[in-house]
Amino acid sequence: MATPPKPPPRRGKRQNWAVNFALLPMAVTVLLCYLGTVLWSIVVSLTSSKTFPNTNFVGLAQYEKLFTTDRWWLSLHNMALFGVIFVIACLALGFFLAVFIDQKVRGEGILRTIFLYPYAMSFVATGLVWQWMLNPGLGLQEAVRQLGFPNFEFDWIISQDKVMYAIALAAVWQSAGLVMALLLAGLRGVDEEIWKAARIDGIPVWRVYMSIVLPMIAPSIATATVLLSLGVIKVFDVVVAMTGGGPGIASEVPAKFIMDYLFNRANIGLASAASVVLLLTVLALLLPWLYAKNRMEKNNNKGH
Amino acid sequence: MNATTPVKVRNQRPAKSWFTPARIGIYAFLLMSALFFLLPLYVMVVTSLKPMEEIRLGQIFALPSRPTIEAWAIAWSSACTGLECTGIQVGFWNSLKIVVPSAMLSIFIGALNGYALAYWRRPWAGVFFAILLLGAFIPYQVHLYPLVRGLSMLGLFSTLPAIVLVHTIFGMPVMTLLFRNYYASLPEELVKAARIDGGGFWRIFFQLMIPMSTPIIIVAVIMQVTGIWNDFLLGLVFAGRENLPMTVQLNNIINTTTGERLYNVNMAATILTSSVPLFIYLISGRWFVRGIAAGAVKG
Repeated sequence: MATPPKPPPRRGKRQNWAVNFALLPMAVTVLLCYLGTVLWSIVVSLTSSKTFPNTNFVGLAQYEKLFTTDRWWLSLHNMALFGVIFVIACLALGFFLAVFIDQKVRGEGILRTIFLYPYAMSFVATGLVWQWMLNPGLGLQEAVRQLGFPNFEFDWIISQDKVMYAIALAAVWQSAGLVMALLLAGLRGVDEEIWKAARIDGIPVWRVYMSIVLPMIAPSIATATVLLSLGVIKVFDVVVAMTGGGPGIASEVPAKFIMDYLFNRANIGLASAASVVLLLTVLALLLPWLYAKNRMEKNNNKGH
Repeated sequence: MNATTPVKVRNQRPAKSWFTPARIGIYAFLLMSALFFLLPLYVMVVTSLKPMEEIRLGQIFALPSRPTIEAWAIAWSSACTGLECTGIQVGFWNSLKIVVPSAMLSIFIGALNGYALAYWRRPWAGVFFAILLLGAFIPYQVHLYPLVRGLSMLGLFSTLPAIVLVHTIFGMPVMTLLFRNYYASLPEELVKAARIDGGGFWRIFFQLMIPMSTPIIIVAVIMQVTGIWNDFLLGLVFAGRENLPMTVQLNNIINTTTGERLYNVNMAATILTSSVPLFIYLISGRWFVRGIAAGAVKG
C-alpha cells in the first residue's frame, strides 16, 4: 500500500486553499467524530453519569462496577467463546473451500457464487433464517425426528449452554465465504513454477500446501483473521435477530450490553466504561498486526 | 496490495483424470458445503410459499403442497412492524431514501479525499488519514452516544439527514483508502501535465479524475450500497421512527409480533430485505469480490 514518494507539487496560494477546503470534511470528521467521541467516552466513563452525562468525577469506579457485574463477565465470556469458534471455523472452512475450488474443479464459478452469497446478506437476515431453521419444534430437529430418529436433539438455540454455538453457526455460514474469497485470491497469486517444481520433485500435493503454500498466503490468512476478530468484537445484529440475547441473558455480548445500558437502562457512565474496554481490546488486537504489516512493507521496500 | 487487482482466474493446476479417490473426495466436500450454504435459502423460499397449516406440520424441508404467494403480499404490504401494519414496503422505501444520498455523498467525499491525498500533499493530511483508518476499526458503540448528543444539539437527531451523515462519516475511511490507492496507481504524469496546462485543483478533479474513475466508482457503489442496505445498528439509533431502514423493520416484524408467529410471512419479509444486496451480488460478480478485497486490505 506504500506509494512511492512524489516530488512536492508546485503550489499557489489559491491551490493550497482549495486542498485545505477539500480535506476539511475529513479533518472535521477525524477531530469531532473519531477523536472527539473517543475522548468523550473516556471522560464520561470516569463520571457518575446515569440518564444524562454529568461532570461528577468518580475515578475508576465505573470500571470497578463493570467488572463486578456478572452480566458483563458473561458477555465477555460469550464473546470469547463465540470468537474462538467463529474465527477457527471460518478460517478452516474458508481455507478448505478455497483449496478445493483451486483444484480445477467443474462449475467453479457456480460454487464460488454459492459459497459467497451469504456474505451479501445482512446479519439480521442471517440471524432470522437460522432462528427459523433451529427452532426445535418446527425446524431441523423436528424434520430429522420425522425421518425416523425420534430422539434426535438439536435445540442449541433454546439451551443456555449451547446458544452461543447456534449463533456461531449462523455467523460462520455468513462469513466463511469471505475467507474463501480472500484465500482464493492468495492461492491464485502463488507462482505456477512452485507447483511445477514440486511436481518434478514428486512432493505430494498436501505437503506442498502445508509447507510451501500456507506460509506464502500467510498475509492473506492474517488479514482474514484480523477482519473476523474485529467482527467478533462488533457482533450485535445477529444476536439481536436470532435470540435477542436470550434465553434469559445467555447470549449477551459486549456490544449489546453497551446498547442496553446506553438506551434502555440509562447508565451512560457504565456503558461508556464498557465501550472503552472494548476499544482497548480492539487496539490490543490491531496494533501488533499493524506493526507487523508496517515492518513487512518496509522490508519489502528495502528489497527492491 | 492494490484495490483494483482483479482476482486472477488462472488455472494451470495439474490436470488429473476423473474418478480418483482424491477427486471424489474433493467433489464430495464441495457438494456437501454447497448444500450447507444453500440450505437456508431453500428453507426460506419453501417456507415463504407455504400456508401456515403446512408449516405447523414441522416438515421444514418439504416442498409446499399448495404453493401460495399470499405470505409475500402480507409481508410487503400489511405485516405489523410494531404498532403500524403497513408491511415491509415502508422500510424498503426508507432504505432507498437512506442508501441513495448516503452512497453518493460518501463516495464523493471519498474520491475527493483520495485525490487530494494522492496528488496534493499536505503535511497534516497524512496524520489525519492515519487516524481515520484506525478509527474504521473501532466498534461503533464507542462513538454512538456522543454522536447522538452532537446531532441532538444540531437538531438533526432522528432525521434522514442524521442517518445520511452518520453513514457518510463511517464510510469515509474505506472510501478514502479505496480512491487514494486507485489514484496512486495512475501515472502521475497525467496530473502533472494537467497542472502545467493550468488546471486547478477542482478542474483536474472534475474534468480529469472523475471521468477516469469509473471502475473504482463501480466498486465503491457496490460496497456502499450493500453495506448501507445491510446496516442495522446505525439505522436503529439514528434514523428515527419515520425513517427506519428495512433491516430494522424486518427485525420488528419478526421479533415483536404477539400471538402465533407467521413464519411464512417472516421468511418472505427476510427474502425481500435480502433481495437488493443479493441482486447486486449476482449481477456484479467479480466486482463484488474486488470490493470486499479492497475493503479487506484497509489499514
